[in-house]
Amino acid sequence: MAQKIIEFKHVSKSFDGKSVLKDINLYVNKGEFITLLGPSGCGKTTLLRMIAGFLEPDEGELLLDGKPLAGIPPHERPLNTVFQRYALFPHLDVYDNIAFGLKLKKVPQDEIDKRVRRVLKLVAMSDYEDRDVETLSGGQQQRIAIARAIVNQPKVLLLDEPLAALDLKMRKDMQIELKEMHRKLGITFIYVTHDQEEALTLSDTIVVLNEGKIQQIGTPTDIYNEPVNCFVADFIGESNILKGRMTGKRRVAFIKHEFDCVDDFEFDERVDVVIRPEDIYFTTDPAKCQFKAKVNTCTFKGVHYEMWVDTDTGYELMIQDYDPYPVGSEVMLYIDPDDIQVMHKERLCNTLYGKVKDEETITLLDGDFPLPNSFESGTEVKVEIPFDAIDLMDNLDDGVVDGEVHFILYKGNHYHLTIKTDDGNSLWVDTNDIWDKGDLVGIRLLPEKGIKITKKDE
Amino acid sequence: MKKILAKVYIWILLIILYAPLVFIAVCSFTESRVLGSWSGFSFKLYQNLLTGIMPGEASLIDAVDNTLFIALISAVLSTLLGTVAAIGIYNLKGKYRKAVLFANNIPMINPDIITGVSLFLLFVFLHFSQGMVTVILAHVTFGTPYVVLSVMPRLQQMNPNIYEAALDLGATPFQALRKVLIPELRPGMASGFILAFTMSLDDFAVTFFTRGTVGLDTLSTYIYTDARKGGLTPELRPLMTIIFLVILVLLLVINIRKEKQAKKLQYIKK
Repeated sequence: MAQKIIEFKHVSKSFDGKSVLKDINLYVNKGEFITLLGPSGCGKTTLLRMIAGFLEPDEGELLLDGKPLAGIPPHERPLNTVFQRYALFPHLDVYDNIAFGLKLKKVPQDEIDKRVRRVLKLVAMSDYEDRDVETLSGGQQQRIAIARAIVNQPKVLLLDEPLAALDLKMRKDMQIELKEMHRKLGITFIYVTHDQEEALTLSDTIVVLNEGKIQQIGTPTDIYNEPVNCFVADFIGESNILKGRMTGKRRVAFIKHEFDCVDDFEFDERVDVVIRPEDIYFTTDPAKCQFKAKVNTCTFKGVHYEMWVDTDTGYELMIQDYDPYPVGSEVMLYIDPDDIQVMHKERLCNTLYGKVKDEETITLLDGDFPLPNSFESGTEVKVEIPFDAIDLMDNLDDGVVDGEVHFILYKGNHYHLTIKTDDGNSLWVDTNDIWDKGDLVGIRLLPEKGIKITKKDE
Repeated sequence: MKKILAKVYIWILLIILYAPLVFIAVCSFTESRVLGSWSGFSFKLYQNLLTGIMPGEASLIDAVDNTLFIALISAVLSTLLGTVAAIGIYNLKGKYRKAVLFANNIPMINPDIITGVSLFLLFVFLHFSQGMVTVILAHVTFGTPYVVLSVMPRLQQMNPNIYEAALDLGATPFQALRKVLIPELRPGMASGFILAFTMSLDDFAVTFFTRGTVGLDTLSTYIYTDARKGGLTPELRPLMTIIFLVILVLLLVINIRKEKQAKKLQYIKK
């Protein structure tokens, strides 16, 4: 039934040797509203610009209606783009901006008139034909930009963060209107945003991107309820992300308690567990209670209260509830098996490759780390470093190599950090210290925490 | 007291600045062939200049014609070249852009005499016969950087997506240039053109070295030779007065236009 209109096959792209997209495989169905969602720099705009034709993939292939798009310049592609900062032509009035594409295609004048009037009505800007575009407000300019694109009846409409420059209220109104336009026009919409709420509101399908890779593709409810990894869980909505371990058939242990769950993973597998803050319930019935906690903070958020609680086992959890509980009070809590999302761990330790310098030193990440070993100098080795065997220091000179804190995840009782090292590698570190994104750190290894060194080929 | 002193100071400054110009303008309304002596009010010099009937000095009109022709052609060429160059430089990446902009600035700081002599040597080296063509080429070389510098800010202020938006709507790269980019850059091109035009009108050193020996004269080289022959042709007085007035009007027009644009921008921001 569903017909693929756009298809990416093994698409990769780098700029100045820096990889932005890695082996992207993706298809878009005809008539779908698909959103490319991710933090800035994740490659979503690059993906969109490839479809528009402003960039060509380094590797892989891009298909439109099953035909390759390679070598077709932007002006010959039956697609139109709505740009982030509108990109209206300042020297033309509203009418001429919208008619620009039709005039180039030599559409007869009376037909142009008819179509311009029709789209102006669609974007609710009917009386603005003769206005100078620079005298319009941001929201009005964005409507004209949308009108200018859809008047050409493109096969696919590409929208590059079209609402990012608008204020909150305007953005909400425009979201509803965009959704309505999509329904009326039946055109495929490919929408780029970093705003997860916008993505959840608008899309039929969401593609979550990070670091040039697709993390998850799914409907908004799938993505929200069943995130496949910590990044997606953290990026979409609020969540408690915790370390866990499978203790039996559909049994999982985390925060030092055991729970029933609906995911059937291998016994003893180390996992990550995601609990949405609205899925932890208060109870007064001791029979229902799974664990106890003390309310630490309680903040009113409009619709609900947001509370941080300390569990009896020393973990911090975020809970959202319609009723407030006083700070300092002891509460009984339970979680529904359905609401426990168990995920395979992406990695269990850091795996790096280096070269032995001498029996006391190994060269890793462009630095000489003191690591006692029993290999001959010059041997290529694989080094497996547990997350807690890395020490981060304020003073860069104390570290062997430098890095930057790139991503922070709170896991109930410790932080899980992603560090980008100077040579472009990533390290994952568990720590109790509080760091901020973008902090520069010195990196040192702690051999006493059990670092495993093996020959590379083994 | 302070206010009065400040005003007096300004007026003295203005008088010193404009006295020579006023002196020439006043002397243009008398027939006396010696500059500075007054032989009664007369429009004779203006009449001579405008009808071209000057006792034995017909080449002055040729010099004026040459000056305007050279300025016009070189300014047009500079504007075309400079605009294209600015677009190219704008699309270069950080380091290269800075390097090329720096190279662009050198001819403007370089003393005219050096530009003139080096162009002269270049033309000789290339066995290029010197005349009108070499003068125009020389004027294009020093006019183009000014156009680049006036077009550049327009490009930087422009929404970088505009060109892409045109392509996206079905314009070929050339159509996008003609229908979107050029109209956006037009104000910068216009001020670049005016700059190149006045620089060309004004030039002496470069013209002097590149005009060759075919007897080509522009206004500045004409006045130079004329002054060396002893005494300025009296018709130069009304000519200078007219040039001064034209420039004054041009400046006023440019300033009023700027004022209007600034007001319009403010209105938009509101």
